[in-house]
This record gives sequence, structure tokens and C-alpha cells, in this order.
Amino acid sequence: MTDERLKETSALRKLMIRPELGALAGVVLVFAFFLIVAGDSGMFAADGVMNWGVVSAQFAIIAVGACLLMIAGEFDLSVGSMIGFAGIVIAILSVQLDWPMWLSIIAAFVVCMSIGALNGFLVIKTGLPSFIVTLAFLYILRGMTIFLAVATTRQTIIGGVRDVSQGDWLAPLFGGVILKPAFQFLADIGLIDTYVRGTKMGQPVVEGLPMLMVWAIALIIFGHWLLSRTKFGNWIFAAGGDPVAARYVGVPVNRVKITMFIFSAFCATVLATSQVMEFGSAAADRGILKEFEAIICVVIGGALLTGGYGSVIGAALGALIFGVVQQGLFFSGAESSLFRVFLGTILILAVILNTYIRRMITGER
Amino acid sequence: MKLNLKTIALAAAAALTLGSASASAQDEHFVFIYHSPDSDSWWNVIKNAITDTETQIGVTVDIRNPPNGDLGDMARIIEQSAASNPDGIIVTIPDYDVVSGPIKDAIGKGIPVVTVNSGTAEQSAQLGALMHIGQPEYDAGFAAGKRSAGEGATRFVCVNHQINNAPLTERCRGFAEGMGQDFEDQMIDVGADPAEVKSRVEAYLRVNQDIDAILAVGPNAAEPTILALEEMGLAGEINFGTFDNSEAIAGAIKSGTINYAIDQQPFLQGQLSVIALADYVRYGVRIPHNVNSGPGFITKDNIDQIAQFAGKYR
Repeated sequence: MTDERLKETSALRKLMIRPELGALAGVVLVFAFFLIVAGDSGMFAADGVMNWGVVSAQFAIIAVGACLLMIAGEFDLSVGSMIGFAGIVIAILSVQLDWPMWLSIIAAFVVCMSIGALNGFLVIKTGLPSFIVTLAFLYILRGMTIFLAVATTRQTIIGGVRDVSQGDWLAPLFGGVILKPAFQFLADIGLIDTYVRGTKMGQPVVEGLPMLMVWAIALIIFGHWLLSRTKFGNWIFAAGGDPVAARYVGVPVNRVKITMFIFSAFCATVLATSQVMEFGSAAADRGILKEFEAIICVVIGGALLTGGYGSVIGAALGALIFGVVQQGLFFSGAESSLFRVFLGTILILAVILNTYIRRMITGER
Repeated sequence: MKLNLKTIALAAAAALTLGSASASAQDEHFVFIYHSPDSDSWWNVIKNAITDTETQIGVTVDIRNPPNGDLGDMARIIEQSAASNPDGIIVTIPDYDVVSGPIKDAIGKGIPVVTVNSGTAEQSAQLGALMHIGQPEYDAGFAAGKRSAGEGATRFVCVNHQINNAPLTERCRGFAEGMGQDFEDQMIDVGADPAEVKSRVEAYLRVNQDIDAILAVGPNAAEPTILALEEMGLAGEINFGTFDNSEAIAGAIKSGTINYAIDQQPFLQGQLSVIALADYVRYGVRIPHNVNSGPGFITKDNIDQIAQFAGKYR
């Protein structure tokens, strides 16, 4: 064989060199663990599943953005602050300034994606590491969020969003639930528990599929398609793997990176909007440390911190592991202050496993 | 393993209390959910109260909080607790909009709920909780404001270490109106880190020389402020009131740096909430009204009795 690109690879080897393999093994392990220690705690009843499912979906939404950006070779540490900022922008515009909800949501997306673009622009133009540039925005956005909230309302929580979002056409796309009849049916045939008292008596304990989950699934599918089925996806890998070589062969590296910063901001705003619509209020402390949680999901999912390698499916599995572990520890009755200890342990184990598998398979030193 | 040890300890305790108790003690499982991040030490008193009450009446209480203090995460924890079908839930109401949905759903599942600490009696009743045990924040601030004004204070600053916690702002608002002023820009955000709190208070007092009263909204704001005043030679010169108690605050009251502390008696919030739930679950006995655990004032006159328990039970 003169050309290594034509070399035959076995199906097993193809399976083994996928970046998400480690995460998949992790998912199996984590589920087995919690089935044993918390199987009878309600964790796997309908409302228990929905609980860790929603938490995983929250992680997945920001992890998809962080994953594509990381493969393109950059970080966004402003994601958590962006979540708080987007929420406050929506609440101030809609509750304080009486804008219609749909316009407030769109405005928040425009503002946040512009800030994402500014992040990308500064990284490209200054040549500074994105770690530094977005770290600056972590502080700038958090500070602006508290300032704007206090300046307009004298407090840092702005409520009343639920009232003004009544009857709006765009709000249900973020805060609503779908498939209600299906869940009612499952309750009717006894597969899901129902409420036993109060105004919701007789309704299933899980009302429907939250839009938060729909967004997570849609973003995962979109991200996976973009990365593995399109030319742009190849550009993302190229921009992160070796930007100089990529430029030589005509990849618009700057455009790719800035677009990924904008996409990361978009994902953060999706999560922020969903939370504000669901909870009916925005608070200046929402999203604290979420940027690191997103990065943890992506790294558990097998992506390389240095860029050029990774998978959206892996990041989604990382989000699932994160969500199941976080909520599962509560179900199993473990001391909740140990949560961070478990998280750190899982992170380091996942990375060691991923690195080991990759070295073994690719023969990399 | 920890759980097993606890069960053994409980069984031993139940065996010791003999006949009457063992008939009714069924090792009910409750969950206590609060809103502060892990770093907030104020909750130790409540945790101690709960731990003592657990063994006294033979129940198990899991204590949960969002590790970073993110209220969105707190809502998920309430949902998680409801899904695990405990015998009862004790929960704070830091932001009604965020926690009302999950709490109502838990009550809808047939889980009795007692609300404590943050939140108002009205909000608690609206949720359908059994009762609320706490200190009405605005009223407590108002009483403190009147007290400081009566002691001759005219211009104050409210030191807030947790600007995102709405009830703390209510304390400042109540204080301002108790002093007979409008609540405008008297509150400063000092951050949560003690060194930061101290330096920001110092900077603020340097720029605003006419400040003659300070309200700290909790120990995490008060303790660095004590150090700042001592360093600036202002200890005892400025009328200094704080919410809540701690060892350092007790010491400062003795030395005269702090004029008074507003005590919400968190021990009662931890103990009474567990007892109220256990009574309700076991016998259907229900305390038919809310309980104001505060405000009480700690001053130089009554500090000696309180100081020995500061930070543990007071």
C-alpha cells in the first residue's frame, strides 16, 4: 500500500478510535452504579428521570457550544456570566420597560451574540489567548448584570416575567412543555404517578417534555451534523488542529472561530431564556461557574483542550454523566458537600481513560 | 456506610428511650433544602439544631443546598427531593418565582412542606405549606432602624455581602425606613470574600466621612467590618448594628464595637421545623399558625449568657 489513506481499517478499530468511546463507557458505569445504590429511591421513576434529565439537558445545551468552540481551538469562560446577563436583559426589557416578550427575547439574543462576536473579534485581532479575553468578559458581564439589575429595580432578582409572558408566541418555545397528551396517557394507564392533592390533582407528576430538553436534543443533532457532515465542520477541526496549515489550504480560520464564539453565546442565551421562562424571574447570580461545567462535559466527552479533536455526541454523553452524577448523589443520600469531590474524581478519571485509549489506538506518544 | 452507622445509632437511641417512643418513632425521612452556597457558615447553627433533633425524636434529615448558591440549581434540588418521596420537606423561599413551582408540585404529590428562614408567611400560605418559621425581614430591619435613630444615628450604610439574596435587601430597606429615610443608595455590595469586604468598607468609610451608623446584614458582612473599624480607629465611634450572631460578633458586642445584633434564633428554625413535620406526619398534630423566630436584640446587657453558644446554637 503506497497511500496510507487507502489502508483498510477494521470495524472494531474504527469503533475504538471514536472520541466518545470513553464517555460511553462512563455512562454505562454511572448508570450501573446508581441503579445499585439508588435504584429504589425514586431516581428511576418518571419524575426522578425528568429531574436528572433536565439537569443533563441544561449542561448539554452549553456543552454543545463549548464543544464546537473547543474543537476550533478556543475557550469561552464568559458562558456562565452570559447566562445571568441574558436573563436580566430579558427581564429588564419585558418587565421594567414593557417591551413585548418576543422582542425582549430576540433583543437578548442579538445583544449576547454580538458580545460573542466581540469576544471572537478581540481574540483574533489581539492574538491573545481566548482564556484571557473571555475571562475579562466573565467579570464584565457579571458586573454589568448586577449593576443593571440594581440600577433599575434596586434588587438583583427581577420577578414577574411569567405574568408578562402570558400569551406570548415566542415564550413557550423556551419555557413550555410538549407531548402533554402522551404523558397524560401514560399516567392514565398507570405508568406515571399522578398528583394526589391540590390544583394539579390527577395530572401526571411529569407534565410533558420540557422545551429545555427539546433544545438540548436539537442542538446536539445540529452540532453533530455540522461537525461530521459538512465542509464547515472540517474547517472547525482544521482551525483548531493547526490554524497555520489550515490558512495555507484556504480555510477561513478567523471566520470559523468568530462564528463559534457567536454560537457559544447563542447556546448560553438559549439556556438563560429557558430558565427565565420556566422560573418566571431572572437573577444576577444565575449561571455561576457554568462555564467550567460546560468545559468539564466536553472534556469528559473526549475532546482535547488543545483543539482539533472531539465530538458533539461525546460532549452530550459528558453532560448526561454530569447530570446523573450530580442529582444521583442526592438520590443516594450521600453528603451533598462531597459533590465536588466526586465531580473532580470523575473528571480526572475520564480524562486519563480518554488519553489512554487514544494513545493506545493511534500509537501517539 | 455512613447511613448504616446512622441507622444503628438511631436504633440504639430508640431502644434507650424505651416503650412509648419506639411505638411511634418510625424513622421518618425528611429533607431540609436551603439556598446558600457551601461557603456560608451561618447555617451551622441550623445544622446543629437539626442533628440534635434527629436523634432526639428519631428521624433522618438530609440537608441540601445548591453548592454555588445558584437558585436555578436549588429548584432542581427541590424537584429531586420530591421525586425521592420523602416523608416531608423543609425549604426556604429565597425567590418565590423560582421555588414556588417545585414546592407546589411536591405538595401536590402529597408531601407535607414547612417553610423556614427566607420568605414571608403570605408566600408560605400561598404555596400550601403547613407553616412558616422565620423572621420577617423588613420588620426586623425597621425595628433596628428605629433603634439606631433613637441612639442618635443620622446617616448609615448597609453592608451587604450577598447582594443577590433579596431578603437581605429587605433588611436594608426596613432599616432605612425605620430611620425615617427613603431607601436609595445606602446599600453597598462588598462581595463575599472577607478580605474584599474589609477593604471595600474601609474605602467607603474613607470617602464618606459623615457616616455615623452601619448595618451589616449578616456575620459575613459584620466580621470584616469589625476589623475595618478597629483598623481605622472608629471602633465604638460608629453606631454599628448587625443581623445574626457569631463568636466574633459576640466579642465585638462585649468590647463595644457593635451596639446590637438582631437575632433571628436560627436554632428554632432548624428544630421546630423538624418537630412540626414529625408531629404532623405521626399524629396529624399541626401547629395552627406561623412562628416568628425573631427579631430579638443581643446587646451588652444580655451577651454573657449568649456568648458561650455563639456559632453553635445561637
